[in-house]
Amino acid sequence: MISIPSPSPPRAARPLFLSRVPAGFPSPADDYVECSLDLNEHLIAHREATFFVRVKGHSMTGAGIRDGDLLVVDRSLEAGDGDIVVAVVDGELTVKRLSRRGGTVRLLPESPGCEPIEFKDGQELTVWGVVTSVIHRVK
Amino acid sequence: MSFALVDGNNFYVSCERVFDPKLEGRPVVVLSNNDGCVVARSQEVKALGVRMGVPWFQLRDLAREHGIVAKSSNYSLYGDMSARMMGVLGRFSPDQEIYSIDECFLGMDGFGHLDLAAYGQQIRTRIKQWLGLPVCVGFGATKTLAKLANHVAKKRPEFGGVCDLVALSAAAQDALFASIDVGEVWGVGHRGTPRLKALGIDNVQALREADPKWLRREFSVVLERTVAELNGTPCIELEEEAPNKQQIMSSRAFGAYVYDLAGLEEAVATYVGRAAEKLRRQGSRAGAVQVYVRTNPFKGDHPQYQRGITVPLPEPADDTRLLARAALACLRRLYKPGYAYQKAGVMLLDLTDAGHAQGALFDTDRGNPALMRVMDRVNAYWGRGTLRLAAEGVPASNQSWRMRRGMMSPCYTTRWAELPVVR
Repeated sequence: MISIPSPSPPRAARPLFLSRVPAGFPSPADDYVECSLDLNEHLIAHREATFFVRVKGHSMTGAGIRDGDLLVVDRSLEAGDGDIVVAVVDGELTVKRLSRRGGTVRLLPESPGCEPIEFKDGQELTVWGVVTSVIHRVK
Repeated sequence: MSFALVDGNNFYVSCERVFDPKLEGRPVVVLSNNDGCVVARSQEVKALGVRMGVPWFQLRDLAREHGIVAKSSNYSLYGDMSARMMGVLGRFSPDQEIYSIDECFLGMDGFGHLDLAAYGQQIRTRIKQWLGLPVCVGFGATKTLAKLANHVAKKRPEFGGVCDLVALSAAAQDALFASIDVGEVWGVGHRGTPRLKALGIDNVQALREADPKWLRREFSVVLERTVAELNGTPCIELEEEAPNKQQIMSSRAFGAYVYDLAGLEEAVATYVGRAAEKLRRQGSRAGAVQVYVRTNPFKGDHPQYQRGITVPLPEPADDTRLLARAALACLRRLYKPGYAYQKAGVMLLDLTDAGHAQGALFDTDRGNPALMRVMDRVNAYWGRGTLRLAAEGVPASNQSWRMRRGMMSPCYTTRWAELPVVR
């Protein structure tokens, strides 16, 4: 039996029935059955504003973001000091930690040998979205 | 009563720019299927005087001179961004009519206590932040006025992207309408405009003041209704449920000429697959199938041929295999060797609700609904054409009929393998 994941999973999944015995004793667990778990619900707060992006390179390994990882990016969130963000730098999308302190805005890499990017007066930082999760495959 | 019309600015170009910020500030066009004509232009391209619908090959010199970037149309991307935008907009009003891929009406009844212009700015800010897309918003007492307000919001920078006609004084409205060409009115169209102008009605205010009875006699009841709407009497309601299509069409011009029956068969089978998918999505069955082919009418020196055949089905069907069998039988009857075919199309006709099908007297092949469900879900998940009829052939470079889309951007939001890359 092949099961195909639905492209737009319903919000409330069907309850998982533990027993399907038409006669005899029902499973004592049936009264405790809850809905099955949906990762979308766990990872996505704002469906329309959420995008997935792929990481290339090693500039954020210190933050647990590695080459090939998948990031969940929520554009509806306001980016604050300390958030990991996707930003536009020289027309390219980049992932860095945002620092807004003492009137200076910087994008900080988290890897030895990578330099912070500083935004001086008049230079505007364009935040594309706020990273909310990292999906890292281990197998 | 009042309505809002929200419309994406240069929607296809804006979708491309969200995922490729390098395109920001540069002149960008999006081309039609087979990279033929311009179907969307960025502001920079409009400023260069490039018209909608111009063939791309005529723009080559201008493109080189000004660095115009051309993109093949990426409808998977635009469709996904549109669905997101409509989802966000749906939360700004309980009543929404999705009018096209990049525009929707919102019912604004009960919003009278709000400053609509401020509400419009909220809509703009939300869509810009959540999706990266610029939109304009128009408010009016009728759908026709909301559409006109949107035009004003788009064309006149002093409005800041939002125009609320309801808040304007009568005198200010008159002055504004007198400055807008009559051709901009929703429903007047390319045919109505020259006739109205010939009669001295060349701006919106003149149309508003025209005698409705006379317009009805001279033109149509539709124009009479348009004028009532322009004067603030609602005649056109919101259509919240898109009506099911009465016929479903799938046709394409080929990437290169096709000469043999085998090539045409693959193309027609593929188009049947697309049309049948749409048919099942709206829960209908087709009672008849039409197939047509034609040569290139713009090549006068080539031998010309064009023909269509319609066949009724023994029983309304939604199974791709049954529809393809009928379509391919049509094609074999109308195919003639010796022509350079440029286009083929399939139309599903005589559509009925799948729930109310009337059985045939004799036993016929009813198809396999379970198989079709699996096929639709597989294709929705892994991409179109993953599971298809063998008759559609194997996508390969020797399928000359397939569309040319040489400058297509990745399907950033619908394919795992094509996600945006961040460094």
